[in-house]
Amino acid sequence: MIPAAFEYHAPGSIGEATALLVKFGDEAKVLSGGQSLIPLMKLRLAGPRHLVDINGIPDLAYIREADGFLRIGALTRESELEESDLVRTRYPLLHDTCQVIADPLVRNLATIGGNLAHGDPANDHPATMLALGAEVVAIGRKGERRIPIASFFTGPFATALGPDEILVEVRVPIPPPRSGGAYLKLERKVGDFATAAVAVQLALGANGACEQVGIGLTNVGLTPIKAGQAEAALKGKRPDDKAIQRAAQLAADASQPSEDLRGPVEYKKDLVRVLTARALKRALERAGGR
Amino acid sequence: MQITLSINGEKHEADVEPRFLLVHLIRDILRLTGTHIGCDTTHCGACTVLLDGRPVKSCTMFAVQARGKEIMTVEGLEQNGKLHPLQEGFMAEHGLQCGYCTPGMLMTSHAFLKTHPTPTEEDIRRAISGNLCRCTGYVNIVKAIQYAAAKLRG
Ligand SMILES: Cc1cc2nc3c(=O)[nH]c(=O)nc-3n(C[C@H](O)[C@H](O)[C@H](O)COP(=O)(O)OP(=O)(O)OC[C@H]3O[C@@H](n4cnc5c(N)ncnc54)[C@H](O)[C@@H]3O)c2cc1C
Ligand code: FES
Ligand code: FES
Repeated sequence: MIPAAFEYHAPGSIGEATALLVKFGDEAKVLSGGQSLIPLMKLRLAGPRHLVDINGIPDLAYIREADGFLRIGALTRESELEESDLVRTRYPLLHDTCQVIADPLVRNLATIGGNLAHGDPANDHPATMLALGAEVVAIGRKGERRIPIASFFTGPFATALGPDEILVEVRVPIPPPRSGGAYLKLERKVGDFATAAVAVQLALGANGACEQVGIGLTNVGLTPIKAGQAEAALKGKRPDDKAIQRAAQLAADASQPSEDLRGPVEYKKDLVRVLTARALKRALERAGGR
Repeated sequence: MQITLSINGEKHEADVEPRFLLVHLIRDILRLTGTHIGCDTTHCGACTVLLDGRPVKSCTMFAVQARGKEIMTVEGLEQNGKLHPLQEGFMAEHGLQCGYCTPGMLMTSHAFLKTHPTPTEEDIRRAISGNLCRCTGYVNIVKAIQYAAAKLRG
């Protein structure tokens, strides 16, 4: 399958890239890892007239801590996240997540920027970034702006990015001591999108109560879901079994799955409940709370 | 668009439309037909080639994106008429039946063994989890890769 014809642009800087996006507007699309966009173009579900390939822009792939954030360049590949010692030792939730995205071959090209910018509720990074309270940095015609992840996903395959904007960086606040996180995903096989998946990040206070709680849900709604009520139910409380079960039920209540080949609605909701409870327990262990 | 790239250490030039996929450049223009097309939907890994040493699906990348890069295909494994230990392993351990997935399996495991000289069975299974085989049930593929790992360790 060969996609419809398009004009290929390979800008050497962010400035050149945004100028192209401004010039071609709706007719242009950014090409990052291409692992979502190219399959769509081959099926002719997407047919951009202009492709702006950002792979040649220098300094867009990095993973480092600075100014209170883990800063990840948009062009960072999933395999680079997977191999990063910094991510493995300090960001277990992110480490869990990048290992269950697609398959090892796709992960060699797919980028974290593309994963978020695609706005696919089935993608795994969105829920993780919701749980981590991340923000994304975008550059467009009017310069740079920071977008909190909670207001980034505006609809199915829609984000807060303007047509002239390029996502350049993902920023995750460096977690306080006694933090832990976990991502649990049920998939039918390697390379499948989640039947459901749950991201949990928490920080414990000196008294063992939850000081910070983030819970994100994958593929159980039209957008990635932040389970706000479940988070609120745990905040300031000791995460004992009863509190965990209650939060898990609230997360299930927040999910809005639809029936498909991966299962019926009730099954998926119950899966959210079970995965949330398990992810909370694992996050707690990792935070040193159990 | 005029591009230059290196395949199996040899420089190639080609004139391709931007929408042309890397796998078509390799198979249809350069006539290196060892690289297969299985699903054409980014699922099977039959089209796996190494891009600067990393296994990727050549059906999900435009040829123009490979300009200036180093590509390795299955044809690059054999050296001076001598099969690579991986190829030998697939023969010795019966790691293929129809052989359709084999070029992809070989490329993925070639890159994998460079960074994992003493892999566990679990490591191997994880590494090849993006390459589908509809014949063997994978058991003999794992053995073939173990055979090559042992031989490469010497
Ligand atoms: C077989 C298969 C299985 C998969 N399974 C999973 C899975 O289980 N979980 C999962 O999370 N993902 C999965 N994916 C998707 C994969 O991770 C995608 O590659 C990823 O979601 C998109 O990243 P990309 O870099 O390839 O983006 P591209 O495909 O290049 O782009 C995707 C979209 O985002 C836009 N875009 C990309 N980068 C930017 C940017 N920096 N600024 C602005 N816009 C941008 C593009 O214009 C395009 O609209 C799978 C893909 C395949 C082929
Ligand atoms: S042909 Fe490329 S993944 Fe199947
Ligand atoms: S040997 Fe037939 S698909 Fe693997």
